[in-house]
Amino acid sequence: MSIEVLILTIITIVGISTPILLAGLGELVVEKAGVLNLGVEGMMLIGAIAGFATTVITGSPWLGMIGAAAAGALAALLFGFLVLALNSNQVATGLALTIFGTGLSSLIGLSFQGRIVAPFGSIFPPALSRDPFLKVLFGYSPIVYFALIMVVLVTWFLKSTRGGLILRAVGENDLSAHSIGYSVVGVRYAAIAFGGAMAGIGGAYFSLVITPMWAERMTAGRGWIALALVVFASWRAPRLLVGAYFFGLLMWLELYAKGGGLNGLPIIPAIPSQFWAAMPYLMTVVVLALISVRDRAGSNAPACLGKPFLTSN
Amino acid sequence: MRLKLEKRPEPSRLMVVATPIASVLLTMLIGVVVFDAIGINGQKAVVDIFLTPLLASYKWQDVATKAAPLIIIALGLSIGNRANVWNIGAEGQYVIGSLCAAGVGIAAGGGGGGLIITAMILSGVVGGAAWAAIPAVLRTRFSVNEILSSLMLTYVALQVLGYLVGGPWKDPNGRNFPATAPLTAEQSLPILFPGTTVHLGIAIALVLPFVFWLVTARSVFGFQIRVVGSAPHAARHGGFDSKQTIWLAMLIGGGMAGLAGALEFTGALKAINLGFPSGYGFTAIIVSFLGRLHPIGCLIAGIVLAVTYVGGQVAQTTVHIPNATAGIFQAMMLFFILASDILVRYRVRIVRNPKNAPAPAAGE
Repeated sequence: MSIEVLILTIITIVGISTPILLAGLGELVVEKAGVLNLGVEGMMLIGAIAGFATTVITGSPWLGMIGAAAAGALAALLFGFLVLALNSNQVATGLALTIFGTGLSSLIGLSFQGRIVAPFGSIFPPALSRDPFLKVLFGYSPIVYFALIMVVLVTWFLKSTRGGLILRAVGENDLSAHSIGYSVVGVRYAAIAFGGAMAGIGGAYFSLVITPMWAERMTAGRGWIALALVVFASWRAPRLLVGAYFFGLLMWLELYAKGGGLNGLPIIPAIPSQFWAAMPYLMTVVVLALISVRDRAGSNAPACLGKPFLTSN
Repeated sequence: MRLKLEKRPEPSRLMVVATPIASVLLTMLIGVVVFDAIGINGQKAVVDIFLTPLLASYKWQDVATKAAPLIIIALGLSIGNRANVWNIGAEGQYVIGSLCAAGVGIAAGGGGGGLIITAMILSGVVGGAAWAAIPAVLRTRFSVNEILSSLMLTYVALQVLGYLVGGPWKDPNGRNFPATAPLTAEQSLPILFPGTTVHLGIAIALVLPFVFWLVTARSVFGFQIRVVGSAPHAARHGGFDSKQTIWLAMLIGGGMAGLAGALEFTGALKAINLGFPSGYGFTAIIVSFLGRLHPIGCLIAGIVLAVTYVGGQVAQTTVHIPNATAGIFQAMMLFFILASDILVRYRVRIVRNPKNAPAPAAGE
């Protein structure tokens, strides 16, 4: 494999990993607060169309990303209201959010079909971003760097801040957190909104960076991979980064096996593309089992995950 | 004045029945208002989505065909949901069920007839149950959350389908299109009314809810499912094994989904292609909630959801909205039914601000 091909491959993998990294990071925070939101795919699609529509109207992809984050957060708050204020079932509500987002994005997208927007410019000078070798570091969309910064921020927030400690307490033992005087519902609303905003940005990465255009169901199930990723990373932000790029490699192998890959690569033995496509999910099931087999107390899964918060009154 | 929630001693029977109906009506109302607001003829859209499939008799067979898998899958899922076992991988079990039926059909060569068809259907049930057994093993042996594992396995099942129909099972006469060869008449389910698409599977979907009703209402098993779901501690004292309940709930859910897949394949579609998994396994979760986890409720809710699918296609041609728009209505119905759940378990009371008037005001 020549170095040029390797660089192109790395750039492709980082590109396809970024949406699941963004959405996964948001969902990680939500799950750490004890809430399971299965609506990631729906929020990504809402973000994808909201970001695209905002960019078409304002002409700025930056405003588009802000619009995507706001729309994703709004959709998430609808979920939050149902599960937190009305104590509805989290699994069913999350699935409903995905079905809702798929339909809503298709409907809004009608007016935006066939339009194309200007992509993000590079934030680095062309000497770096266009350089055949240095572009492996500097040649990405600004959103790729944003995702990396967010990994650092979320890691730091969860591990080293008071807010992060409270959030984890709420996810680990909501009744205790409540009795010490923390607002369980308030913390969960905030986490859910953050998760929605990140999923929205992850979705808009498809419509503003990967293709710059809108297509129905364009996130193509990546929201479900993001959910798998959170479990695969056993609810740790740094592992989520590694996991996202690893899943990206698998997704790239799938594309390559389908025949849409690059020339000049060593021939990967004739493994069907479906094998690679199934790998993230299979490995996640294996990781789930391994986590459970290991010391249960040492497991990183939030204890209150998916359970409703009911005070005794 | 503020609203106060008071827990009801018993879930309200009136609300159990009234809230699903109110959810559907409210969804229709909001549909009219919102569609009008965005410049689409809302009344026409809602009428086409919710009523045209019921009023136009030539649409009935489409509604019945779509309702059958939804009802069958929802029946199985309701058992699990009642017992607090969350199998959300029905879509994958449905796919595996259809593939097992196809495998038996292929193994039988050109052979057909009642015996072969029965074997195909039964293998679908077994296949679906086997796929659901994986999360069941993981849950009972390793305490793995069945929500996540059953969901993940759905996407594995989709890839198994993609591999088989694009590779070993690809129709050699199919112009390289990834799909199985269409079933011969000898391997297809009989059509009940000549000239229609109403196949035997639809009759099965109409009978099964009553079977489930009888079994869950009259048997110890039905009681066990209810007790384990609502009071796990009491169930343990009563001698009901929670692991056994998880197994039963998963196997029935998976078996029903597998049955639905096998019936859809042998009765309706006759071939499996990449479009075969169309989300019935997920929509059936809405059906089971809208039907309040009751077998007869699932029957009615399955028909309602099928109407929105068929109506979505009608609206696509009449008011030019994308097919996926039906999903907005399906999701709204689920949102409302989930939101209104609180009315079943709680009584809403209006309470005056205690500083001004200490005596609480009565009222619903």
